[in-house]
Amino acid sequence: MTDLLGWRSRLPRGGPQLAALALALAANAVVSPDFFHLLLRDGRLFGSPVDILNRGAPTVLLGVGMALVIATRGIDLSVGSVMAIAGAVAAAGVAHGLPWGVSIALALGAGVACGLWNGLLVAIMGIQPIVATLVLMVAGRGVAQLITSGRILTFDEPHLLWIGGGAIAGLPVAVVVALAAAALVLLMVRRTALALFIEAVGVNPQASRLAGVPSRAVLVYVYLVSGLLAATAGVLAAADIRAADANNAGLWLELDAILAVVLGGGSLYGGRFSLGLTVVGALTLQTLKTCILRAGFPPEFNLIAMAGVVAVVLVIQSPAVGALGGRLVPRLREVRL
Amino acid sequence: MPPAELLSVRGCTKLYPGVRALDGADFQVRAGEIHALLGENGAGKSTLIAILTGVTAADGGEVRIEGRPARPRGPAQARELGISALYQEGALVPNLSVAENLYLGREPTRFGLVRRRRMEGDARLLLAAYGLQIDVTSPLGRYSTAVRQLVAIARAADLSAKLLILDEPTSSLDADETAMLFEVMRQLKARGLGIVFVTHFLDQVYAVCDRLTVLRNGRTVAERAVGEVSRAELVGLMLGEASAGAGYPARRRGAAVGPAVATFRGFGRRRRVAPFDLQFRAGEVVAAAGLLGSGRTETALLMFGAETADSGEVEVAGRPVKLRGPRDAIRAGFGFCPEDRKRDGVVGALSVRENIALALQARGGWARPLSRRRQADLAERYIKALDIRTPDAEKPIEQLSGGNQQKTLLARWLATDPRLLILDEPTRGIDVGGHAEILKLVDELCTQGLSIYMISSELAEIAATADRVLVMRDRRPAGLIEGAAVSPEAIMAAIAAPPGEAAG
Repeated sequence: MTDLLGWRSRLPRGGPQLAALALALAANAVVSPDFFHLLLRDGRLFGSPVDILNRGAPTVLLGVGMALVIATRGIDLSVGSVMAIAGAVAAAGVAHGLPWGVSIALALGAGVACGLWNGLLVAIMGIQPIVATLVLMVAGRGVAQLITSGRILTFDEPHLLWIGGGAIAGLPVAVVVALAAAALVLLMVRRTALALFIEAVGVNPQASRLAGVPSRAVLVYVYLVSGLLAATAGVLAAADIRAADANNAGLWLELDAILAVVLGGGSLYGGRFSLGLTVVGALTLQTLKTCILRAGFPPEFNLIAMAGVVAVVLVIQSPAVGALGGRLVPRLREVRL
Repeated sequence: MPPAELLSVRGCTKLYPGVRALDGADFQVRAGEIHALLGENGAGKSTLIAILTGVTAADGGEVRIEGRPARPRGPAQARELGISALYQEGALVPNLSVAENLYLGREPTRFGLVRRRRMEGDARLLLAAYGLQIDVTSPLGRYSTAVRQLVAIARAADLSAKLLILDEPTSSLDADETAMLFEVMRQLKARGLGIVFVTHFLDQVYAVCDRLTVLRNGRTVAERAVGEVSRAELVGLMLGEASAGAGYPARRRGAAVGPAVATFRGFGRRRRVAPFDLQFRAGEVVAAAGLLGSGRTETALLMFGAETADSGEVEVAGRPVKLRGPRDAIRAGFGFCPEDRKRDGVVGALSVRENIALALQARGGWARPLSRRRQADLAERYIKALDIRTPDAEKPIEQLSGGNQQKTLLARWLATDPRLLILDEPTRGIDVGGHAEILKLVDELCTQGLSIYMISSELAEIAATADRVLVMRDRRPAGLIEGAAVSPEAIMAAIAAPPGEAAG
């Protein structure tokens, strides 16, 4: 008997996502044959795959936060601006002579405050997430510019420089921070009942409320986590260029984060989410970007290529194609990562 | 020879997956009459209106307008045929002015420019004919629902409508506004329009309608002149005669009634439901009966904290309790299976296991997760105990049948070990077999000492299970029937009693 619907459930979980990443890596290897060449120098690994991890670290962080927000049927457009704010706070902190630890704590605190603001607008005021977070997306860059007085604020605080250029166990600090943060969030939601609450609120907010799920608290929580992760990404990005650039830090990265979630199989209608596959999605994205640069195209092509990927993924996930017999990127049903 | 039919629907059938929404319904409306279209939820009224307005197509039967066959495809075509429908909030644009709304899409123009003055003058004249004198340059959204409805009616009538369908236009109007609407309806009738009036208020049927059609289970059960039908007869037609009572095993009432579990005194909320008193003792079924819109569902929403009461008090197991939200109610030991299972009950894409564990987990808090193992055990236990038919506990609940979804929701609450279960229409949309099973479960749960509050529009079902029946009418309690006096006839009489005369 033919089983038209069952074939998808027999695929290994996350198979399509990993296949996409492998495809992107293979494309790189074709463009530049020395792509997988790794070098250990001064206790730090060098090579294209390491670069991809390093460059992709902010997207991984934003993507993890975005996955939680999208699972509640929301969206957080402000993450790019929150990155700029956090970078500006950290840079301004050390510029004013604050210890590096305090500066970073303030930067992360700013991210939590931004997340709280978004969460209150969405959960308590009941504003549509796309509009509520648009406020901070626009205003946030202004705030960041106020903090840096409109200049690019450079710094040479040694600890921050280490975050930008140092290594832990051979890997760039940013990579370790991003993966550790993703793992922490994963543990926090899957080892508690938060994941169930988040998915329930995303699938049916009204039924969840009537079942006693504290839906408002759940909403505030996901925006708060998203803000904190965005601030972390902002500190990493500033440390990487040794400066806070209020105009360009995290610019358009909210779109990359959304795309990472979608590539990871998440649906913008909320519900099931997978943090692990979102990380895979973020890395796939970065691998594609690297491939375009390596192939000798000017960086402008990145935007066009990204748009192409978005279009392809959306078409593949659309009900119209789904009805044709199956989706290459299946919606998450029972994925637990 | 009878007057010419303006609208004639014969043998109309509409099938939805698993449901016969219309099963050979007939419906005739004459020019110059106000015709009430009556029936309980699921009787087929909405489907019939959807077919007339071209929102959906019938699977069988024919529709004739002034004798000519008509098959509107879409609301625009329906309007061309002279059929206009107005829904509760109307389909107008709140941020445009009253005049712009009246002439939307047909503004008087000169050289391609809108002649605003002329349009506003016309609008004033048009509304004055209905006794409505308002500033037509103000945005429509500033006005009350009643004015918005009159504007919508004026627009429809001006668009040369022959048949006007008013779907529950009075549900959010006060008495004066309703009177104003009736005045306009009578004027339009005098002009020769046919008006279809859908309402749940029986008084209004007698106040303004000439004839009535009652639908039940997709069939036309009566088409009469209003003067020929008594209130009791009308309620009987809508709810189904007591003969439907066969087949429900009667419960052994009062067998194990224990101490008071929950007591509601003077519980109510303005504009939703007048204060009511109810006491639940362990092991008893209290039912609420009444027509749709009588306030029966509102009592459940208040009792569960889904809406907050603004008067009255609650006592649970002898202690006063505040119900500020569902979480308070759950903490007090209440559970609630809502009327609209799909919208308010099941979390569709999640599994049967997760749906069962949800309320217990929510009460325990996020920090103390039920282990996957514990959830699976819980699901397994209730799948067996309630005979939930699913291949396994991991199946998304949306893929189960209505009866099995309902049992899963029951399991969700039973897992929290409740004192009081509130069931709003627990058997709606469930096939006959599932129906009896749910009622059997209710009986068993009572034997175990639970209290149950069951809202139902099936009088036979209530008569077979309830120890006491709260009868609701026009959003206020209209009587309490107890013990041996509980019968479909007694309930029907209480529902149909004219206003002001409280039974019991």
